[in-house]
Amino acid sequence: MTRINSAAELEELRQGILSKKDPDKPSIAICAGLSCLGLGNGTIISAFKEEINKQSLESKIDIVTTGCHGFCEKGPIVVINPEEICYLEVKPEDVPEIISQTVIEKKVIDRLVYTDPNSGEKATHMAEIPFYKNQMRVLLGNNSKINPKCIDDYLMIGGYSALAKALFEMSPVQVLEEVKIANLRGRGGGGFPAGRKWETTRNAPNEEKYVIVNAHEGEPGAYMDRALFQANPHSVLEGLIIGAYAIGSHQGFIYTRHDTPELRKNLDIALAQAEEYGLLGENILGSGFNFKVEVHFDVGIFVSGESSALMRSIEGKAPEPKPKYIRTSVNGIWDRPSNLNNVETWANVPQIISKGSEWYNSIGTDRSKGTKLISLSGHVCNSTIVEVPMGTSLKEIVYDFGGGIPNGKRLKAIHLGGPMGGTIPESLIDNPLDFDVLAKLGASMGAGDILVMDEGTCLVELARYFIDFLSGESCGKCVPCREGIRQMQNILTNMTKGKGREGDIELMEELAEVMGAAALCSLGRSVQNPLLSMLRYFRDEFEAHVKEKRCPAHSCKEAAIEGV
Amino acid sequence: MNNDRINGIFNKYQGQAGSLIRVMMEIQEEEHWLSREILVKISEKLEVPLSRVLRIATYYKSFSVTPKGRHEIQICTGTACHIRGAQSVLDTVQDLIGIKPGETDLDQKFSLETVNCQGSCTCGPMIKIDQVTQSRLSSAQIADLLKKYD
Repeated sequence: MTRINSAAELEELRQGILSKKDPDKPSIAICAGLSCLGLGNGTIISAFKEEINKQSLESKIDIVTTGCHGFCEKGPIVVINPEEICYLEVKPEDVPEIISQTVIEKKVIDRLVYTDPNSGEKATHMAEIPFYKNQMRVLLGNNSKINPKCIDDYLMIGGYSALAKALFEMSPVQVLEEVKIANLRGRGGGGFPAGRKWETTRNAPNEEKYVIVNAHEGEPGAYMDRALFQANPHSVLEGLIIGAYAIGSHQGFIYTRHDTPELRKNLDIALAQAEEYGLLGENILGSGFNFKVEVHFDVGIFVSGESSALMRSIEGKAPEPKPKYIRTSVNGIWDRPSNLNNVETWANVPQIISKGSEWYNSIGTDRSKGTKLISLSGHVCNSTIVEVPMGTSLKEIVYDFGGGIPNGKRLKAIHLGGPMGGTIPESLIDNPLDFDVLAKLGASMGAGDILVMDEGTCLVELARYFIDFLSGESCGKCVPCREGIRQMQNILTNMTKGKGREGDIELMEELAEVMGAAALCSLGRSVQNPLLSMLRYFRDEFEAHVKEKRCPAHSCKEAAIEGV
Repeated sequence: MNNDRINGIFNKYQGQAGSLIRVMMEIQEEEHWLSREILVKISEKLEVPLSRVLRIATYYKSFSVTPKGRHEIQICTGTACHIRGAQSVLDTVQDLIGIKPGETDLDQKFSLETVNCQGSCTCGPMIKIDQVTQSRLSSAQIADLLKKYD
């Protein structure tokens, strides 16, 4: 690999890669996302390698292990390119047939293609499957086309051209303005305008500034950031470098989880390859701009996703939040201005720079722009990752992409935003995916994780589960959070056991009020959100547990025994 | 203890106090736990007070200051696995191997822990044994699965 010293050399390299690529050469893209991995794609990959070896086809067929394609429920997924024939739920014994029939003879194997569960209609190509067809895959669309371990694949699809544009055609202020006009809002949960945050860090009085990728993704049920980062690490990295240029930072940090080995591997390779090409380090693309990146790991505690705690962890200290009298964008890592955005936010940046803020503003609703990654889980036919424009109705997400509720059951409620989010009942799912609409309903969008619950789910039990989860994750530094969670945990556990007392609900509301006002960080202040939203829409269910010792969902067994 | 690998880690991060968590993580991945002897060495090599090393070692759930069994069982208790029956999977595993999360059995055969969402919700309820994911498990399948390990 030789260093690239100018925008022209980058283009030249890109053309070189494209000209060397034979568009007709068969290539087999095997999804190695976390879910497909869990469903046994490791054996599929070895089966393909073995079969190709056996038939001595190594030079004629490429095998690419890609990141997540999104349709996790039907994994392991195999896509045969260039035709984009998509096979679902592939088993090792299907492999020889795929090679001989599809790759060589170009025949489609009927039993492996998508069949619509309602109409029985088949769809052979990825783009024809309704699940993919109806999405707007701006960030995820390339996942099945590129090898995350190969920077040339990213360059082939136009990668790093946004960086070249920013460095050579725009001033840092112009980049900042473009992101501000695009109205890009943080995808990590808060929905805070990224441009305004960047501006604060840019204007903060300190020469040394930092930019950080938050890839902690601790919310249970949220897995879209890992999928995106693992599948296309350079798209995030490119966004980060552009952001650093706009902010005037020369040091970046990536904070991610330690327990995702595939992501770690891809990230290490991506950073090394970017450095070799001169896209990181000194004098990037010959522009005179310097920028380096360090990777840090969370080793298993939820609170370290909170901005000030995350920054303590990067300093090598215990990840305890500190009071934010001054925002971390002004006073962060080692008391220097530090701009933190999550994976998906950074990945949007190159899109905005190449296609312009006008294009970005054409997608979404009035105040929520662009697309959003959603991870669906729980009582839903397809536990998957989808990318849809903001403003898509929640109903469409649950029924059209999620395939509805399995086992003929009825939808009861959906929960957004994990242990600090909120629940909304089935009657409100016609509402659009929009930061402000959801906030008004008492359910923040969070990272975009939607938990679907059928009629058999008890919300008192779910509230208890979230509080139970947080009791192990609170850092314990401030009293309202540490003790408040414990008291709520006791009350809710008693309720699910049929031991709830009159006045318990009111007591929890009081606790929630104190925690919301007095806890140190956003974890402590948002702990009560799920509970409050559940009380707002399902108060009768809590009252039934307390007054009648009865669980309307027939889920809390101990409550039911003593019940009516 | 694999001294070469451990020394390699120390050489890479010598004197870098900011890399404390990373060093502990890499050593834990090699050794599966952090002995007192190792913690003291980390403190010396990275020039970090031992009190801070101990604090980090006991703060994070992933670090273990007691030896682990030959096989590590991790049960996902994320939301999706939870509502798909992770608790009954956990109960079954506990009954079969006789230890609770955070414990190691007397023969040092199994260690058990619960983990947060692993990001493969379609596989739920899922467990990982020695980092290999076992998907969509029913309680009935677990006994057969655990018999494969010795």
